[in-house]
Amino acid sequence: MNYIIPQSELKVVGTRPVRPDGVDKVTGRATFGADMTLAGMIWGKMLRSPHAHARIVAIDTSRALALPGVRAVVTAADFPDIASEEAFVGEGPMNFRDLSRNCLARDKVLYEGHAVAAVAAASQSVAEAALDLIDVTYEVLPHVIDVEAAMAAGAPILHEDMFTVGIEPKPTKPSNIAKRVAFAKGDAEAGFREADVIVEGRYTTQPVHQAYIEPHACLAQVAADGQAHIYSSTQGQFMVRAYCAKVLGWEIADIRSYPMEIGGGFGGKTLVYLEPVALALARKAGRPVKMVMTREEVFRASGPTSGAVIEVKIGARRDGSIVAAREVLKYQAGAFAGSPIGPGCMCGFAMYDLPNVDVVGYDVVSNRPKVAAYRAPGAPITSFAVESAMDDLARKLKIDPLALREMNGARDGSKTHYGVTHRDIGFLATLEAARSHPHYSAPLKPGQGRGVACGFWFNIGGESSGAVHVNEDGSISVVSGNPDIGGSRASMAMMAAEVLGVPIEHVRPIVGDTASIGFSHLTGGSRVTFATGMAVTQAAERVVDQLKQRAAQIWEIPAEAVEWKDGKAYPAGLNAGAFEPLSLAQIALKAGRTGGPISSEVTLNAQGAGPGFGCHICDVEVDSETGHVKILRYTAVQDVGKAIHPSYVEGQIQGGAAQGIGWALNEEYIYDKDGKMENAGFLDYRVPVASDLPLIEAVMVEVPNPRHPFGVRGVGEVPIVPPMAAVANAIRAATGLRMPDLPISPPKLRAALDAASGAKAA
Amino acid sequence: MPSLNYAAPTSVQEAVALLAGAAGLAKPMAGGTDLLVQLRSGRLKPELIVDTKQIPGMIGIREEAGGFVIGGATSGAMLEAHAALKAAWPGVVEAMDLIGSEQIQGRASLAGNLCNASPAADSVPAMIAAAAVAVIVGPKGERTVPVESIVVSPGRTSLARDEFILAIRLPPRPAHSGDAYLRFIPRTEMDIAVVGCGVNVTLDAAGVCTAARVSVGAVAPTPLLVAEAGAALVGHTLDEATLAKLDAAARAACKPISDKRGTIEYRIKVAGVLARRAAAIAFERAAGRVAKGH
Ligand SMILES: Cc1cc2nc3c(=O)[nH]c(=O)nc-3n(C[C@H](O)[C@H](O)[C@H](O)COP(=O)(O)OP(=O)(O)OC[C@H]3O[C@@H](n4cnc5c(N)ncnc54)[C@H](O)[C@@H]3O)c2cc1C
Repeated sequence: MNYIIPQSELKVVGTRPVRPDGVDKVTGRATFGADMTLAGMIWGKMLRSPHAHARIVAIDTSRALALPGVRAVVTAADFPDIASEEAFVGEGPMNFRDLSRNCLARDKVLYEGHAVAAVAAASQSVAEAALDLIDVTYEVLPHVIDVEAAMAAGAPILHEDMFTVGIEPKPTKPSNIAKRVAFAKGDAEAGFREADVIVEGRYTTQPVHQAYIEPHACLAQVAADGQAHIYSSTQGQFMVRAYCAKVLGWEIADIRSYPMEIGGGFGGKTLVYLEPVALALARKAGRPVKMVMTREEVFRASGPTSGAVIEVKIGARRDGSIVAAREVLKYQAGAFAGSPIGPGCMCGFAMYDLPNVDVVGYDVVSNRPKVAAYRAPGAPITSFAVESAMDDLARKLKIDPLALREMNGARDGSKTHYGVTHRDIGFLATLEAARSHPHYSAPLKPGQGRGVACGFWFNIGGESSGAVHVNEDGSISVVSGNPDIGGSRASMAMMAAEVLGVPIEHVRPIVGDTASIGFSHLTGGSRVTFATGMAVTQAAERVVDQLKQRAAQIWEIPAEAVEWKDGKAYPAGLNAGAFEPLSLAQIALKAGRTGGPISSEVTLNAQGAGPGFGCHICDVEVDSETGHVKILRYTAVQDVGKAIHPSYVEGQIQGGAAQGIGWALNEEYIYDKDGKMENAGFLDYRVPVASDLPLIEAVMVEVPNPRHPFGVRGVGEVPIVPPMAAVANAIRAATGLRMPDLPISPPKLRAALDAASGAKAA
Repeated sequence: MPSLNYAAPTSVQEAVALLAGAAGLAKPMAGGTDLLVQLRSGRLKPELIVDTKQIPGMIGIREEAGGFVIGGATSGAMLEAHAALKAAWPGVVEAMDLIGSEQIQGRASLAGNLCNASPAADSVPAMIAAAAVAVIVGPKGERTVPVESIVVSPGRTSLARDEFILAIRLPPRPAHSGDAYLRFIPRTEMDIAVVGCGVNVTLDAAGVCTAARVSVGAVAPTPLLVAEAGAALVGHTLDEATLAKLDAAARAACKPISDKRGTIEYRIKVAGVLARRAAAIAFERAAGRVAKGH
């Protein structure tokens, strides 16, 4: 393999330096979305639909506009009614027409919390009072929340112009099924006929919110000549710029977008909600406008990922070899088309080398907030079903569950049912590390159980820019175009420091705004350390070339006769001449006299992202009288390619596992009969608290990705894929019960335990 | 714009006059951990907030005639730090200690928890089991009322609008007494009780129960004193049959609703479970086998 620096000679990559953004974050100096202020700033607030589904008959804003202190009111009428156009947001499709209608409803409201109008006023309380003065006349329509109810004949139709794509002949009646997708390999029917053992199951998962701690927030300013600035909490400043331009009908060059420090995104900040509205208000009001969502608004109107119904069937021979696998997936998209059904169909069986596979998926709209990306979008849902079924299969075959996975696991050359052939993957190495980990063979007490489950994610590359500037004193600035949500500033600085041969303390990583660095696709898809890291590494290499050239000039020898080592230029061999080595700082000092500033910016479209695999081991204890599940021990093993900053990689793994455990045990949206969410807050939308979790042990397996200069593969998404099945399988082991419906909350588990003991007694 | 006024009187008379004289809604405030949250969410729109913390007697714990007098605005953290109170009433202290986080503990009070009148308030079943009384002050002076008579329905108390709680009194403790409070929440902290249960017992030298009070929370519109559950314990040690009777009596008292926090069936079952478990701890403590909270 062709890494730029042999693994054994790495000095910075693979170490654990202090994070460059650490002091700002622990001292409160870091400027998050809601922290920005500008002179003359006023406040924007959103009026939201109280109905799950209704036609907007009329909106009268006159009383609100008459309230002293109100500067502007906008509705969908202030925006162009744009045509349907697909865009790609990194982890899923986005239709601009839908995006526009999600930012402000046009004609119909499609979920409770759907934005209807917005006000800008001198203070937050005036803006709130003004919302009460906007008169909206609704014609309430029947609504539908559940995914299968939305698919049923006679269901209330959300979009009269939605005809299911992917079925022949083309349907003539509108439907809530946006599309049907299918993947097949071999002949599943024939495969099942060869099976000695078959497991089947029907699984349901609930939509879960990304639950970032920082609510959506932005500050918009529009000058008299139309030049705009937007500061926001986002995973992509270039995305904000492009989407706002599209929704407003402006030119991209007229908007400068600044990414603020981000308090979590997890995929939920890969699109815009407030930004175009704040810009429209700012333009109308002639004042900077700040908008900050409340937690309740975050729950009612942003995220989540899909809830789903999944049917899975797997057949195997007595020896454990799987001969056929089938899956039918129904994913909720929320109010507009675009659930992660594609990845859902691909990821469940992607880990296995299977001869016959048949997968069908449906993308279904209903009266819920439009789903947004959430770590490995679509994969955790399908893997909950498949990995639960794999556990049942291992039990039926009386084979160790990891052995079953090893036997059928994907390896180099395995062809997936969606057509891709795996190369340079680390699944078997990951399984091996899990199997030999002491956790896997540690003794358990009565009432306790152990489960394992695996997960896969593609990871992506894509367009990125990175710049490396040598400053006058020899210190280094590294600029990238990606908001740092997982420690990427540290990784960028470390890769640059490694190439330049300088101590990390001299390298300052900066996340630039849209005018300070070339285009970069947003932070998502576990792409930044891979793709932007590649750009930064290449920029650093070009800087090294320049440094060598400058040394050659100073020494008056050819550039080829200069060698770069440990941050210094050396003459390459005796023939080059006898010169004292020149340090980077010495060369920087003379840059003005040797040709000007030393710096390089690289823009690229990174190809060759390496997929990642994880295997989680979970021990639980079940309180059979209350149905409470305690996580006793949790080990997450993952193929991470090359860990640039191992602590950050471990943090990603622990965070993903923690979110997955919440998804497994308690997180859900609760709706009343009118389609209104009843638990729009962290009190009753229960993410795990610290005391709910043991220390999650992250085990890194490094199988390098040969298509990255340091061997990086994405690590941020894989860890949320296995936990739900790992937890469910552990509960299965502890109680004998297969729990197919998430969340496995205490009332649900106690009811299942009672039903089982009742059945036994009867 | 509606306006909000704030006053911090330094005497009971002044506070009562302010509460009585307000044109709109006037609310006494102790720690504010319920009040301010409700204010911010817009659920409550008072015209006047009367901060009670400057009033003599509102903050502090004193021993009196073998019992304890706890100022109405005394924080959970102060209860937790009071060794004698904790030794005598570990159940009451642990119930209060369950409320919120470190930050909330520095503010939240027993009187506030009681007068917020939530069916799920954690300290209230523990206080009811302890036979605590509230010392109420108002224009006509002082009166004492058993804690179980304070909450009349969710969000409503039996206090008049110009009355407030000056202190909570816990009675003297006979030998071989112990109390305990348990709640069930889906998580391990920062949650609202799906069911809560307080048990307070006195044993004789042989370990047989001579007096018992059992109270359950979050299973009816108000926290309940369950006389039948107490009666199930009196005259018995904690044998299987007694535990089964206690479980049944606790369940029989429940009149819960199904809501986002739990179903009717689930709440009823868990009330029985918690009654048994809390009784086991209270008996251990009464017998002197366990010194304090676990
Ligand atoms: C993050 C968080 C976590 C929480 N966790 C829990 C929990 O686990 N369990 C639980 O039970 N509660 C919990 N609470 C609710 C709250 O903290 C408790 O109810 C607390 O005991 C209230 O006490 P306080 O002194 O803050 O009351 P305040 O907010 O000051 O007052 C509450 C109510 O009582 C009235 N009041 C206050 N003092 C008096 C008085 N002296 N006389 C008459 N009326 C009075 C007020 O007018 C108001 O209606 C939590 C709250 C928060 C914010």
